Amino acid sequence: MKVTLKVWRQKNKSTPGEFKAYQTPELNGNMSFLEMLDVVNEGLANKGEEPIAFDHDCREGICGTCSLVIDGKPHGPHQGIATCQTYMRSFEDGDEIYVEPFRAAPFEIIKDLVCDRKSFDRIQQAGGFITVRTGAAPDANSIPVPKDNSDLAMDAAQCIGCGACVAACKNASAMLFVAAKVSHLGLLPQGQPERFKRVKAMVDQMDKEGFGSCSVTGSCEAVCPKSITLDFIAMMNRDYAVALLKGDPKPIAGGGA
Amino acid sequence: MRIYPAVHYTMGGLWVDYNLMSNVSGLFVMGEANFSDHGANRLGASALMQGLADGYFVIPATIAGYLATQSPGKRPKTDHASFVQAEENIRNMQKLFMNSKGKRTPASFHKELGKIMWDYCGMARNKAGLEKALQLLPALREEFWQNINVMGQEMDWNQSLEQAGRVADFIELGELLCLDALKREESCGGHFREEYQYTPDDEETKKGLVNPGDVKRRDDEFAHVSAWEFAGVGKQPILNKEPLIYEEVHMSTRSYK
Ligand code: FES
Repeated sequence: MKVTLKVWRQKNKSTPGEFKAYQTPELNGNMSFLEMLDVVNEGLANKGEEPIAFDHDCREGICGTCSLVIDGKPHGPHQGIATCQTYMRSFEDGDEIYVEPFRAAPFEIIKDLVCDRKSFDRIQQAGGFITVRTGAAPDANSIPVPKDNSDLAMDAAQCIGCGACVAACKNASAMLFVAAKVSHLGLLPQGQPERFKRVKAMVDQMDKEGFGSCSVTGSCEAVCPKSITLDFIAMMNRDYAVALLKGDPKPIAGGGA
Repeated sequence: MRIYPAVHYTMGGLWVDYNLMSNVSGLFVMGEANFSDHGANRLGASALMQGLADGYFVIPATIAGYLATQSPGKRPKTDHASFVQAEENIRNMQKLFMNSKGKRTPASFHKELGKIMWDYCGMARNKAGLEKALQLLPALREEFWQNINVMGQEMDWNQSLEQAGRVADFIELGELLCLDALKREESCGGHFREEYQYTPDDEETKKGLVNPGDVKRRDDEFAHVSAWEFAGVGKQPILNKEPLIYEEVHMSTRSYK
């Protein structure tokens, strides 16, 4: 099979970009979408043209590095998988495929299809941690976790932080990502000490980064490669409301051991 | 966690001590990147298990011991001689790549390397094949440094340049893999040497203890970790043997009979 690609090419963040058309050589339907781009790039390099820059790492759907909006959909045509798990057999011979970067103001374009998702790291750093004691290793199973909570926390922990939720949202909202991170820790006993501080800090950072508000269109859930559900957003909103009501805890004088 | 078959990576990794610290003080190595749990046998998804075990259970209990001995502000700075040296090496390598007016892309070398490794150092290996690979790889390394062509600019986001640096490392690692596989004259876990398997004529087969074709391990000679020490590019690495001594639970051979 052969397809025609319309690829977004942009030299850097300060130069305007444009779509460029590329005809692929003969492809195998069992190639992944990224392998197809590898083949196209090899052809470009051999002709002395600069290869198309795109993000990738594990290529098996676990790292969240690949991005791409394929024919208008973040992570391509299928539900519940990432771009790297999308295969050419999902397309027809002769198809014309539009390939764009994730677009959102807080995700600045670095080059071609690569965008800067450091804002997600900063949100994580604002609250995505727990306190642990140091010293000898604790006994296994010394902290009981209710099965329902551990299942839910696991569902939230599936989030690979790719940013597809932001790319799909008309408001460029990062609520699904933040909700997954907040709920993952908030559902577990280990996450309780910072629970309300965490949700405030992470939501505040999200707003600071310029992500939009959630108007519950559900597009994030539809494109999430890990099928994270809107329920987590509801859960986060509840925790956030409680955190606002509780206010900041008063500092206690004379702490320390 | 969902898993599915994919081409796998290397087994084994950097040497670490019991606390997962490498021989560089303060450099901890976790998950697949260290040698501690792999090198012999690996079943599906054990890479993920190692990541979880190291990340959840080992590191939280061991890294604190190291951090407790460090005083803030005493960490080596970037004007440290080793840092300056390392930075200069990278700059020189990048210059070399950018100035090279060769004909082949990093990807084409990567592919050729992959083919050699697949053919001669794949799931089943033998002496002749490994020796062949050890002739092909140094030649490939030579050609790589003479005939590489890297597109783009040095100071831009440049994935070809990144790939060139990685492929340089992969060639070195590939050579080491072949050398190690050649020296380990037994079959053990993921390392299957065609010469070391049970035949219908072996005593053990006749007694019905093993099936013909089962792997032949040679614990008398090879019950050790091979920790290879880098001795310079193109130089034969130094073998450090770390004996595997088990006092309570003794090694046994898996038999599917
Ligand atoms: S490359 Fe890792 S999730 Fe796609």
